[in-house]
Amino acid sequence: MKWRGPSGWDAAQHVASAILVSFLLFPVAALLLTLSWDDFVAGLHNPILLPALRLSLLTTSSSLTLVVGLGSLLAWRIARRPGRVSRWMEAIAQLPAVVPPAVAGVGLLLAFGRRGLVGAFLAAHGIAPAFTTAAVVMAEAFVSAPFFVQAAIAAFRRVDENLLVVARTLGASPFRAFLRVGLPLAAPGLLAGAAMSWARSVGEFGATLLFAGNLTGRTQTLPLAVYAAMESDLRAAQVLSLVMVALAFALLLVLRRFGPGATWPGAEAHGA
Amino acid sequence: MLELRVARRIGALELRIDLSLGNETVLVAGPNGAGKSSLLRLLLGVLRPDAGRIALDGDVLFDSALRIDVPPEERGLAYVPQDYALFPHLDVLRNATFGLAALDRREQVRRATSWLERLGAGQLLARSTAALSGGERQRVALARALARTPRALLLDEPFASLDPLARQELRGSLAGWLREWQLPALVVSHDPADAALADRIAVIERGRLVQQGTLEQLRRAPGSGFVAGLIESAPDPAGNG
Repeated sequence: MKWRGPSGWDAAQHVASAILVSFLLFPVAALLLTLSWDDFVAGLHNPILLPALRLSLLTTSSSLTLVVGLGSLLAWRIARRPGRVSRWMEAIAQLPAVVPPAVAGVGLLLAFGRRGLVGAFLAAHGIAPAFTTAAVVMAEAFVSAPFFVQAAIAAFRRVDENLLVVARTLGASPFRAFLRVGLPLAAPGLLAGAAMSWARSVGEFGATLLFAGNLTGRTQTLPLAVYAAMESDLRAAQVLSLVMVALAFALLLVLRRFGPGATWPGAEAHGA
Repeated sequence: MLELRVARRIGALELRIDLSLGNETVLVAGPNGAGKSSLLRLLLGVLRPDAGRIALDGDVLFDSALRIDVPPEERGLAYVPQDYALFPHLDVLRNATFGLAALDRREQVRRATSWLERLGAGQLLARSTAALSGGERQRVALARALARTPRALLLDEPFASLDPLARQELRGSLAGWLREWQLPALVVSHDPADAALADRIAVIERGRLVQQGTLEQLRRAPGSGFVAGLIESAPDPAGNG
């Protein structure tokens, strides 16, 4: 008989874990640890912080409302009407997730800019969204929509068709069946998708910079303010970054509570 | 009186069924893939026939020539699928009142409770559906469907998800209830033992109605190998099955 000690494979796992976890932790820790209390207070008083925070909250809540409102109906349509059209729609809705943000900014400008594909028509009717707060919302909605739509499609697909048929035979219109059965059963997945989508839009930088510019109070969101502050006052950039870390951390807590794994008790028995 | 004459192509299957039933229970039997469940979906209105007509007590639910297609929520049909499809996010009482949205809450609760009690599920009111046994699920699903006073009842494999003991008990109860309710009832099943429930048996093979009649009529002249096999394993009507 032989006493079994840790193998090389065990050691490799421990070492790899230690390296990657500390690499992921160091930058966040550095944001916290390299700032004195006085610097933190001074940074908080930097005049660009408050307008950027306010603008970020305003634009991301607008883009989230747009994405969740339109995205829920799109995802329901795709999940409930499988076919070629739905497959194309799903692929198109995924596209922004793989397009680099800077490319998205150029695309938005070429589509909705003053002389753009759709923008020229809009401009003729007095609508010119580029380099306005509306452009920020559009950029955020563009880059964040795939995260919500994909999660919503998956959540809606898990809703058993039979439950919807039974709801109909119990007098529910298609809309009421969606509202009373589809929506509540998919809620945990929708919430997780909305959280991921919101996180993406809070961090949105490249597309916003190109399509909306970097104007304090109008288009300068938190990430753009960090970029602007880096040039003059590193402490302010650091405080702004900490504000965003705090937002991200709050989001992480929400996700852990309602993560994609969370469903209604007993829902699995019907989900087959 | 439920009358249907429908045709529908589903992939390679050409479904073509002509069937009518009064206030009686008809067992729809047939091998897997014969079109039994599709028949229910056509009746419910979630699958549209290519051609044909469906009428219930003289009201047209579907008529391809007249371009009438009543939506599922207005057909007055009760449907209990094989897994009973209880809404997992609602408790037993809220499941049972789901179909009663037109009534005020007090009347909803009164009616749902009375049906749950009639079907022996009165003690389950506040329970989560996750905590129910298969037999309890079936009782709740039936109460939920019947609380709306439907004009016909469609059951898909009512006992397939039950253990043998619950199956035997509920088959007996359901036979009694069906006699009491006096509704056109269509019971889809592949289990010959369910023949005991039915006044009549309709056998579907490859999308066609190949034979119908009482168990005794089928026994005397089985029209196909499937029917012969079905009869062989069905309970003897002379016994107490």
